[in-house]
Amino acid sequence: MTRILPSLTGAPRTVTFGAVLTVLALGGTFLLDPYRNFQLATIAATFCAAAGLTLLIGLSGQLSLGHAALMAAGGYGYALAANGLAGWGVDGVARFALALLAALLVSGLLGLLLGLAAARLRGPYLAGLTLALVVALPAVTAAFAGVLGGDQGLQVAYEGVPEALELLIAIEQWQAWVAILVAGVVVTTLAVLRRGRLGLRMRAVRDDDTAARLNGVRAGRVKVTAFTVSALSAGAGGAVLCAVTQSVSPGAYTLAFSLLLVVAVVIGGLGSIGGAAIGSAVIVLLPWLIGTLAAELPVPAEVAQRLSGNLSVLVFGALLIVVMLAWPSGLAGVRRRAPAVAARPQHPIPSVQQSTTETER
Amino acid sequence: MSQQHTIRRIVAAVGAGAVVVALAGCSTPAAPAAEEPPPGVTDDTVTIGTHTPLTGPAAAGYSSISAAASAYFAYLNDKGGVHGRSIEYIVKDDGYNPANTLTVVRELVQEDDVFAILNGLGTPTHTAVLDFLNENKVPDLFVASGSTSWNQPEEYPYTFGFNADYVVEGAALAAHAKAEHPGKAVCLLGQDDDFGDEMIEGAELALGADGLAHIERYSTSNQDVTAQIGALKAAGCEINILATINGFTALALGTAAQLGWFPQWFSSSSGADYPTLVGYLGEEVGPQLLQGFTGTNYLPALGGDDEWVTLFRAINDEYGEGAAFDGNTIYGMSVAHLFAEALYAAGEDPTRESLLDAVTSGDLAGNGILPLSFSADSHAAYTGVGITVVDQGVQDYTGPTYAVEDGAVVEVEPAPVPLEGEGVPGA
Repeated sequence: MTRILPSLTGAPRTVTFGAVLTVLALGGTFLLDPYRNFQLATIAATFCAAAGLTLLIGLSGQLSLGHAALMAAGGYGYALAANGLAGWGVDGVARFALALLAALLVSGLLGLLLGLAAARLRGPYLAGLTLALVVALPAVTAAFAGVLGGDQGLQVAYEGVPEALELLIAIEQWQAWVAILVAGVVVTTLAVLRRGRLGLRMRAVRDDDTAARLNGVRAGRVKVTAFTVSALSAGAGGAVLCAVTQSVSPGAYTLAFSLLLVVAVVIGGLGSIGGAAIGSAVIVLLPWLIGTLAAELPVPAEVAQRLSGNLSVLVFGALLIVVMLAWPSGLAGVRRRAPAVAARPQHPIPSVQQSTTETER
Repeated sequence: MSQQHTIRRIVAAVGAGAVVVALAGCSTPAAPAAEEPPPGVTDDTVTIGTHTPLTGPAAAGYSSISAAASAYFAYLNDKGGVHGRSIEYIVKDDGYNPANTLTVVRELVQEDDVFAILNGLGTPTHTAVLDFLNENKVPDLFVASGSTSWNQPEEYPYTFGFNADYVVEGAALAAHAKAEHPGKAVCLLGQDDDFGDEMIEGAELALGADGLAHIERYSTSNQDVTAQIGALKAAGCEINILATINGFTALALGTAAQLGWFPQWFSSSSGADYPTLVGYLGEEVGPQLLQGFTGTNYLPALGGDDEWVTLFRAINDEYGEGAAFDGNTIYGMSVAHLFAEALYAAGEDPTRESLLDAVTSGDLAGNGILPLSFSADSHAAYTGVGITVVDQGVQDYTGPTYAVEDGAVVEVEPAPVPLEGEGVPGA
């Protein structure tokens, strides 16, 4: 990548690449039919959350199993704000933007609270806390059923394609655009943060808390910031998913989904944002692929039914094991490792490998 | 090196060109020409689809519905189908989870190109796709739920309900409780969504605004109703009206029995299927707990010897792949039969419009104990229900038939639709 436009460096370079990739993805939507565009929008929303999570786990070494709950916080924030704004007669892009802000506010606050706890907890204790959050989600929505709608969740008013584009694109493509734009901004911001001072401090805290403190890094503050930033990305993802599906319900953010986000991060490669993109695509597309395959296979309907529900879990497990055995640094590491073996045997161990051991502690 | 650069430039230029061509040409949403056949209809098939829980908390109570509909369609296809077209029925699992429903219904509409959605199951689940189906102008026929949401012809012109609505069911059960057991404390246990809300609305229609002595709610994500049952017991309830799906009806009865409490149970048709409840409670205690269990229904009753039941039993034996015959089987086959009737009425070359016209024409008969009430201004199927009671393991109509007319509960005469031919429209 460094061979293209070598004169551009630092943050401007990251932003430029982010913008180029976003535009390419926007163009790509023209090649897809509506259902694929819907899947693309879902992938983009998941990518927001996974990118935030990979930063949190891979760089700051904090494990969160509750990112689905943070996405849900964003989704509910978006839905409540969008419905409120609809009552006031606000619609179109203004409503989306304001509701997105509300989603960020809600998820950011929740992330801040969690981060404050995270700064005082380590490894399994933090994992337990975040796990409790996602397990408690259905109980919370049931307890405040009047506001959050219980199991049924909340519905958001339909938002059509803006008039100027109505003749050019279908609604699914417009939704994919919105999702890609939000993902582009979120992920580019994350990439800039990772390159910058915060990224450096996060690595320092991850690798050696005490050494970092001795060097004047305020470890607690770095951890809280990392958690909040990660929660904000998850919230943005949740808001986009709510806008695309026009609803948010606890059933969409189960423990299984929360664990899948971690799977996406691990399969893609801890700490790698490109890996998070691959991982997001895998977790969104794989269940659908398996369902389609199971439907095509000449097995009795009853067996196919049972397979479509459970086979994806099995395949995810198998995939995780295979990827970890073959490419310990994740799918994103495949490309990086190949030339390293052939031409540059002295290539340093990618830092992501260290982070794998870190999170296991 | 410079050669490589040139190659890279050429590749980049070609790539950019491809993107530009793609931008210009593809994906503009073109309106289909009027003469083209609608999605899902070919010369010899009509493809329709549904979403239903095959896994999850509601599966055991309802997964037999889509299987029964499939069995009826297999029977119908063997008899020559509708206007020479056989019906392909795609069943997708949503696990009774609204988030999954949206995904599978999108798949049915955009990937499988279904002509219509038939009998999508569940109030919370179907609510999630109501807007999507109507925006895409997909006929959304005979939703398997009694929510009044499906009866909004102005807002949702493509959606039609199948069940008697929950307001009617709640009103009928409460009116029956008041008439048969005057002075007893009537309470309600309801699902934490529109299902529960509307049953409460109906019960209060019959009993007055403070007529219910106590109300408890549960959510399907929590499989423990001990707290709710305890509260009902403490409130001194004597008759409990249930706005519950089958699994939670059984859970409520079982939990109460464990507390040594045996009040009277009055259940909505959605959670009152006797064989299903026995399946949950077990062959040993089920029949004892369910003696005198009161429910509502608007279709031929399982315990009756109606000719519809005889026909459906025969179809189930031949095409049901060994499935047990219960109230859900009758329900599934009734829905499938009604769809066949609508498709037949839609004409030789059905379109989505002609299908909707056939339903709103008011000419469909169905097979209920009361006439269907579909019209241009009503997208509700049944506006009245009969009362069923379980006696010695037989669930049949015993009590009166109630309907809601102009906001009041009234007793009406049942008028069952007789079976014509072999249950194949147009044959």
